[in-house]
This record gives sequence, structure tokens and C-alpha cells, in this order.
Amino acid sequence: MSGDREAILGRIAEALREEAPRHHEHVGNGRHASAAPAFQQWLPPVGASHAARLELFSQLCEVLRTEFKHCANANAAAKHIAALAKEGNWRRIALHAGELNDAVAAHLPPTLDLMRIESGYDRDALESCDAGLTECESLVAQTGSVCVTSRSSGGRTLSVLPPHHIVLARENQLVADLTAAYAELAQKYGSSYPSFLGFISGPSRTGDIERILVLGAHGPRRLTILLVP
Amino acid sequence: MRVTLFVPCFIDSLYPGVAMAMVKVIERLGHEVDYPEGQTCCGQPPFNSGYWDEARAVAERQLAVFRDAEVVVSGSGSCGAMFKVFYPELFAKTAQESAAQALSAKTYEFSEFLVSKLGVRDVGATFEGKVTFHDGCHGLRELGTKAAPRELLRHVKGLELIEMGEAEACCGFGGMFAVKFPQISTAMAEVKCNSIVETGVEYVVSNDSSCLMQIQGYLSRHSPRVVKSLHLAEVLART
Amino acid sequence: MSAATQFHTDADRTTADEPRRAFIRKALHGYEIKRDESKAAFSDWQQARDAAAAIKYEGVNRLDAYLREFEEKFTARGGKVFWASTSAQAREYIQTLAREREVKSIIKSKAMTSEEIHLNEALEQDGYEVVESDLGEFIQQLKHEPPYHFVFPCMHLKRDEISALFEKELGSAPTDSPEELTMIARRFLRRQYLKADLGISGANFIVAETGMISITENEGNARLTTAMPRIHIALVGIEKVIPKLADLALLLPMLAIGGTGQHLTCYNSMYGGPRQEGEVDGPEEFHVVLLDNHRTRLLADAQQRDALHCIRCGACLNVCPIFKNIGGHAYGTTYQGPIGSVITPHFRGLQDWKHLSAASSLCGACTEACPVKIDIHHHLLHNRRNAVAEKKVWWERIIWFGFVQLMSRPWAYRLSTRFAPLGQWLHPFLQNSGLDPLHAWTSTREFPQAATTSFGDLWRARKVGSK
Repeated sequence: MSGDREAILGRIAEALREEAPRHHEHVGNGRHASAAPAFQQWLPPVGASHAARLELFSQLCEVLRTEFKHCANANAAAKHIAALAKEGNWRRIALHAGELNDAVAAHLPPTLDLMRIESGYDRDALESCDAGLTECESLVAQTGSVCVTSRSSGGRTLSVLPPHHIVLARENQLVADLTAAYAELAQKYGSSYPSFLGFISGPSRTGDIERILVLGAHGPRRLTILLVP
Repeated sequence: MRVTLFVPCFIDSLYPGVAMAMVKVIERLGHEVDYPEGQTCCGQPPFNSGYWDEARAVAERQLAVFRDAEVVVSGSGSCGAMFKVFYPELFAKTAQESAAQALSAKTYEFSEFLVSKLGVRDVGATFEGKVTFHDGCHGLRELGTKAAPRELLRHVKGLELIEMGEAEACCGFGGMFAVKFPQISTAMAEVKCNSIVETGVEYVVSNDSSCLMQIQGYLSRHSPRVVKSLHLAEVLART
Repeated sequence: MSAATQFHTDADRTTADEPRRAFIRKALHGYEIKRDESKAAFSDWQQARDAAAAIKYEGVNRLDAYLREFEEKFTARGGKVFWASTSAQAREYIQTLAREREVKSIIKSKAMTSEEIHLNEALEQDGYEVVESDLGEFIQQLKHEPPYHFVFPCMHLKRDEISALFEKELGSAPTDSPEELTMIARRFLRRQYLKADLGISGANFIVAETGMISITENEGNARLTTAMPRIHIALVGIEKVIPKLADLALLLPMLAIGGTGQHLTCYNSMYGGPRQEGEVDGPEEFHVVLLDNHRTRLLADAQQRDALHCIRCGACLNVCPIFKNIGGHAYGTTYQGPIGSVITPHFRGLQDWKHLSAASSLCGACTEACPVKIDIHHHLLHNRRNAVAEKKVWWERIIWFGFVQLMSRPWAYRLSTRFAPLGQWLHPFLQNSGLDPLHAWTSTREFPQAATTSFGDLWRARKVGSK
């Protein structure tokens, strides 16, 4: 059942017979193919070098209240997580299988219960976890965002349900801007995208009450990104 | 240069001093001023009310009156915008389309005329006092006039320009809007006038007398202290 | 009461409430500062607006082709598309689906389209528990009040009002901390996500190229709504379609800056189909309801078609002096503010809603703020013109007839300026009498003293004198 498809498409075709005026004078005659690549140059500059972009990413993390940390290796990342766990009295963290996740998980203290979700999980159990540990597709310098997908980051829920989201990323996953992030996704997945793609820019927040910033509205109160070489 | 004045109807009958001041400034700069007596109203009231046929009937008159003018200078950003921006739309696909385009091309708001067309910044004026400037919305957003009046004010001897918070906020006049929705219009004036009063100035200056009618109208009734409104031309005319 | 009379009554009441107006002004001033910071980081904001307008122009002006492309791609991934001409069709589809799938509990993330078609009421009548999960929407739902602003639904409420509301509806302890209030809602809504079997969302964009919808939010409630229930329905206006996925690289920042002033909203999520093979979670079914509901009527108006470019960021509300002074509820519409005044007459009838186009000083702050360059304030003029072309008001017609007679005869006009001082001399006798023609002005403001001699007469005297 597709409803009133033909009627709507018919009305649209009829309506579009008259051409609409254009108010966007700077961009030629608007045929999309030419407009698309052009806009990158108007967006905030990201710097040419990897170091400059890393610096920008780090600055934006601060603005966004994301905890961003360089770790020498998987072991160091595990140590950082262990410290967070100790500080927050964590009992259990959830994670998905992945090269980086597994490497780090191998160094986590045995006192920390690890809940693996790749072959299905109990929602209440996931909800009661103290943190979710995921990998990502990329980090975006221009916006301070983490790009996650349902394939790279353990589905849709792991990165949003537990109160603390920890992201493991490799240094070469840093891309310049959203355009570059999309280009990478297109290259990696072609026409078979994961069912969920997302850009996460800081921990969950709301300003709905008197426009005062409160973190952890519905999603994680804290977001930690651990960068390993 | 022979400068043709467009004196909108409400300036003509309520603020003749503003038009006189314009004459004074332009003549002081060595130009000849002309005022075609057949001019009446730009037609904005019916235009803004949706009565475009009626607006055209009045506007046609102005097209004829200003046909031979070299440049047309308006003392109101709003009425200037009517000539410059809305006439071409009002007369689109009519016999007068090209006449409307021609008038549009040669029409200037007063401050823009002095700064952009004549290239003058210092008109030789002296004015003692603290002044804040209100941007009329039509001048600001339809005509893009923002820097010119400030350039001119900065070159007036003795004048101290103090920017108000929200200089670009509407005063709430809006023509028929002011009487169709007096409560909303007055609430807007209240916000505007509070930011004027907060600057501590003695004068509020604008390039649009219609805004000043609203601002002065509110200030005279409600302001805790006297702030006087003046058209930019009245400031520039003082020596 | 007609919508116009209601508007006058409500606007007069809300403009008299200075403390609330000051509260709104302060909130929006904070927005402006943040927005300006984000804009300043751009290499060229104006060019970016143009590029964004070009993308939306392309989407809207080849709407049929892009909707077909979306449908094909989305369906290929296991999604279902339903095309609804009217609100009734959209509601019926969702109600039927809920019944057939034996849904018990429904969670919603913010969707103005659902306000537009009054979906909650319909579902509640069917006996479902429907819970709004966006904090602002949740508060408004508890308050049984429509959103005040389509991006900031409860921006008019102070913390003590929210605390009292939570105390009454949820039995929580009173608090004056926005954080604690947020946590009360968080705890309550967590339980709802876990038990809901149907999640309903809107969408900010439809991506033709990849068959996806895109949702922008800060709280994470939409992510949970689209992740946990076994069915996801997105109710989306047909005009939301954009050609390419990578277009979002521009549109997402533009939406954020216009909406909240952030350089990017916290969560920008794209969904292409239900849970795919090899994925660990996600809904079993994903339906997109494409809603027309008179959008094609607006589309047919080529001059105002760009109003369909709207990305519902709310930038025009945030800068609008009318909105700031009358507040969101006085409009009486689903979409408040300048863009609402432009589109509502197309959706709900020009004669009934033309008063919103008249209730504007045409200052143009909206058009200047719009990140996709909709010619908003000029469309208010166009609505006024169209309303008159359709149906003239008899007394207005008389006034403007008289006006034309006067203004197209310079001698008559000149004569009238000589009577102005007389009129003004007579005015005090009429003031406050009901016969006062200037009452609407002088009730709140002073009227200037007419000059004894008009400029025209001064000029003539000057010319005579110099000869």
C-alpha cells in the first residue's frame, strides 16, 4: 500500500510547470552538480596540516565538553578507562567486537565486567551498564564530531543508552570536514550503507529549561574520545 | 549636479524642516536642488495593504513626475525603497516596467546619495551633543544602507555617536501596521526606546522620519527624560 | 471567534505581559550571541547561505524526481513509503499500522508534522499511551499546551513553573535546578524507551540519493526513539527532500546555527531502512509517511515556492520583533513566527489567516536571518496582495479609493496639507470620544504637530522670493 502516490506526484508535476525565481544570486544557475563541491570553501577553515586539524579537533572538544585524550597505545587507553571506572565505581561496561575494542579490552582490569553485545543483548542489562565502548568511522576536525554507524560502532543503541560513551579512534581516522567524512563513507560502503549513520558532537545536552545547558538529557552525560596512534 | 528631491507626503506636511534641511545640505555642497511640485505619495500605504492596483494608480503619477530627473533623493529610506525596490515589482509585466526600472536606478536614500554618489563624508556640519543612530528597516535591509549615515555623523564636529544595543531592531512603525496592531507596534517601540534611553544620549537620529514619528511619539509619552528625535539631514544642516 | 479576532485578543494580552516578554528577549539575546560566534567562524556566511538555498531550490524544484528516487532507494533497503495527501490519510495509516502490529506503547521524538496533523490526539483516542520524549515537548505535553516555538517548545516557561508541573504530574519533589528537572524527565522517559514498541519521529531532511532520512537533535531522544522500539515511523513533509547525502555537510551546520546558534547540533543521524543483516539492533520495520497536506498548493505558487525551502530552524522566529513581543501561542498556528505567517494561509486558507501577514512591520529581520534565503517578509506582502485580489474588504476599498483620488491629483493633495493644521486643532475635541480617527495611534503614543506650512508651500514661497 503506497497511499496517494500518483495523486501527489501528479500535483507536484502540475505545480512545477511554472519556474520559480531564484534568490541565491552567487551560485550560478543552481544545477546541483556544480553547487555541491563549491560550498566547502565557505565553511569554517580547518587548516592544511594534520597537526592543525588535530589541534582544531581538540579545541572543539573542549567547547563541546567532550573529553579528548591521546593514548600511547591500547594499553594506555585501557588504563585511562580503568581510571574512569575506578573514579565512577563502574561495575560493567558494554562493548562490541572490533580490532581496537578487543585490543583495549584485553588490558582492562578483570574486576570490570564486560558485556559484549555483538550477538544480541538484553536491553535492561545494557541500560544498567556504566559505559559503552565503541569504535568509530572517523573524527571530524571542522566540527569536533565523531562519525559512528551501526556497523562500526555496535549498532544504534550502544553509543547512546549507557551514561558514558567512550570512543576509541586511531589517529589516521581524523578527517577534515563533514564532506570528507561523507566521502569516506561513500567509498567504504558504496550503495550498501549501514542503516544508521550519525555524527556525535559532544555529550547529550538540552537547553530546553530557560536555555540553561544541562548535559545528559537522554543520552550519555559524558563523552570520552581516546586517540591511539 | 541637479538633484531632484522626493519629499514623501508625511515629511511634506508633518516634517517640512527635514526637507528644508536636505535642501540646505545639498546646496551647501554646491549642487542645484529641484522639487517637482506634482509629487504626492509613493503609494506605499495601499501597496503594503495589498491594494496594488490602487498603489499603481498613485505610483504612475510619481513615474511621470520624476521621468526627467537626473537623480532622485529621498528623505525616507522607506519611501526610497518603494521607488527603488518595490516599483519594479509593482510594475513588472506592465507598460511602465522600464520607467519603473529607470526610476529605481536613479533613486537614492539621502545618506547613501551623499556618501556613495557624491563621495562626501564631511558636509561641514557642527552639532554639539550625544547622539544615537536608529537604522530604519527599509533603509537597512531593502537598500543595504548601514555605513553611510554613520560615516556622515562621525564627521560632524562636536557630535558624539553612541551606538545603542539592538540598533537594527525595528521601532514597530511599519506604516498601517502601527494603527492596525497598536499594541504590538507600541510594545516594539517600548523595547526600541528603552535601548535608546539606556545610551544616555540627548538625541536619536535616523534617516527615516516615519521611524522617528513612532520613536518620538513613544518617548514623548513614556520616556523618563527628554530625548529628542532628529532626522539625519537636520543634524547635517547645522553649522 | 474567528482566528483574526482571537489573534488580536491574544496578542493584546501577551504584549501587556512585560516580564514574560523580557524573559523571552533575554533568552533570544543569548541565542544571538552564540549564533554570531558560529557564523563568524565561516569563511563566508553569505555564500554559504546561497549554496544552501541552491541545494534546497534543486530539491524543491525537481521534487517529483527526487521523491521517486528516495522511494526507490528506501524501499530497496526494506523500508516502506506511504504517500499521504491529507492529514486524515496520514493519521489513518499510522493508526491502522499500530492496530495491526498490536502496538502497546508509543514513544515520540519531536515532529512538527505530528502537531500539524494532530496525531497524538488520534492515537490517544484509540487508547494508546503516547509519550513525547523531547524535553520541551514532554513538558508541553504534560501541560496540555501546544509548543510555544517549533524549536524551543517551552522557552516561555520558568523553572518554578516546570517544577510545579512535574510535582503535579509526576509526583517529583520541587526543585529550582534545571539540571535536576532534566534528570526527573530523563528517569521517567528511560522507562518509556524500554517499553515502547512503536517510535514515531519526524525528519529534518530526506536524502534522495541514498534513501535516507536525517534527524537533528541535541538530547539523544530521537536516537533512542529510532533505536529501541520494534517499529519506526517517520512522518515527513514532502518538501524535505535534498538531492545528495553530502549536501548535509552544508545543511547540518546551517540548521544548527539558525536553530540554536551551535556550530553543529549534538546528534545528526541518518537512517536508511530498518535493521539490516548483520546489525545488532534497530527496528524490524521502518515506515516513512510522506505528507503533502497542501504543500503542493504552496508549490504551485511559483513566487512563494521558496517557502518550501524552509528547514524549520526557527532562525526567523528568533530574530522577529513580533514573535518576541506576542510570543508563540498568539499565532494560533502549528508553525509560529514569520515563516508560519507565510505558509499557514496556504495550508489553512488565505482569508482566515491573512491577518498574520498583516501583523508585521515588514522589517525584514527574518529574511536576513534565514539560512536558506527564503524571501520571507516579501511573501507577507504577497499574501496581503493575494488576499485582496481574491476578496476586497468593502471599507478598505473605500479608503483606498479616496486615497487614490487625493494622491493622483496634486492640487487636491496640496489643498489637504493646508487643512492638516485645522484637523489637528480639532483633534483634542474628539480625543477619547470614539470618533477620534487617530485613536489607534494616540492611545499609546503622541502624534506629531502638523506644520503650519507644508514643504511644498515653503518651496513655492522660496522660489517666488528668489525671483
